[in-house]
Amino acid sequence: MKAARFEYARPSSCLDAARLLRDSAGMGKVLSGGQSLGAMMNLRLAQPELLVDVRAIDALCGCVVEADAVTIGANTTHAAIEDGRVNDPTGGLMPYVAAEIAYRAVRNRGTLGGSLAHADPAADWVNLMALLDAQFRLEGLDGARTVESADWMAGAFTTALREDEILTAVRIPTLSPVARWSYYKVNRKTGEFAEAIAAIIDDPARALRRGLIGATEGVPYVFPAGALIDRWDGAVADTHLQAAGLTPDTYEYRIHKTALSRAIAQIAPARVRPA
Amino acid sequence: MSRLDISVNGKSISVEVEPRTHLADFLREQRLLTGTNLGCEHGVCGACTLMIDGAPMRSCLIPAVACAGAKVRTIEDFDRDPIMGELRAAFTAEHALQCGYCTPGMLATARDIVTRLPQADDARVRRELAGNLCRCTGYVGLVRALRRVLDARRTDAA
Repeated sequence: MKAARFEYARPSSCLDAARLLRDSAGMGKVLSGGQSLGAMMNLRLAQPELLVDVRAIDALCGCVVEADAVTIGANTTHAAIEDGRVNDPTGGLMPYVAAEIAYRAVRNRGTLGGSLAHADPAADWVNLMALLDAQFRLEGLDGARTVESADWMAGAFTTALREDEILTAVRIPTLSPVARWSYYKVNRKTGEFAEAIAAIIDDPARALRRGLIGATEGVPYVFPAGALIDRWDGAVADTHLQAAGLTPDTYEYRIHKTALSRAIAQIAPARVRPA
Repeated sequence: MSRLDISVNGKSISVEVEPRTHLADFLREQRLLTGTNLGCEHGVCGACTLMIDGAPMRSCLIPAVACAGAKVRTIEDFDRDPIMGELRAAFTAEHALQCGYCTPGMLATARDIVTRLPQADDARVRRELAGNLCRCTGYVGLVRALRRVLDARRTDAA
């Protein structure tokens, strides 16, 4: 299949990109790595009249390290995170997750920002950013603003982005050296979108015990995991699975419950990282 | 039409291209480089995998016009590449292809495995090959071919 006809622009600044998007009156679409958009356009599920390629915008590249957080540019590829070519604030969690996204040929092109803006509930970054409590940096014609991770997704494929805004970076709080994490996803085939995602962070230094249930039909569900991290409790898990929007006695419910129990069983011991 | 400056197989060119033309169609139809094959055209089968700036990518998912300034290498440019020579010999010896349709994409991925993951075990090779579908060989031959090249290179390095 071939994409429908479209115009192509490659702006070099956020402002130019925002102007192009505004002028397209809703028919423009941001192109980053295009690993989801390209497929959707070839299948004609998406038929934008204008593609605004943001890969030449320097402000979307690189990363900034602060004492308590790392801000990673939207244009950063999954492969760059997998290979440790950008600073990792999560003690190995982000590279671990990156390495399991699709296939290397996709990871070499697909980007963190593109995946977050696409907001497929079964994709890894929207779920992980919710668990990590990341902040989303946006820029548009009305200036820059920050969106908290809890407000990023309104539903499947729907984000807080306005029509003339682009996602420039995400600011990710740094986990302490004593933090433990686990991330479990159910795939029937290596590299496909997840059927269920569950993840845990336990960071005693920040009094943080948090769980995630993802790859549902809606937004990522983040919850205080408390004692569930230390000891599996099916009844407590049921409360959270239902709060995440899953229906008991369905296939989806069972695989999410299994993913959660395995995430808890697999939580890794703390690994002290060099300062 | 848009102007595109791109390097294809070591040669810098400046051409006109329709934005909707993806890289694989551009190479096949405008540059007559038909070694790049198209299977699914939505990023799943891996047949169109080729090298952009030294890394394997899906040429069906990228508009050619979005490759401005990039260095693209198709299977045609690897005739004299030593690693690709070793892989071709191993593919032949281990029956890693039958119809050959997936082979250009398989070789691009295989070359990336050999250069990026020289210590890969069979499980890792299988995981790395998951993005390239072959409907003939059942993958056993492909894994053996990769094993043969990885082991030979390790012995040579020792």
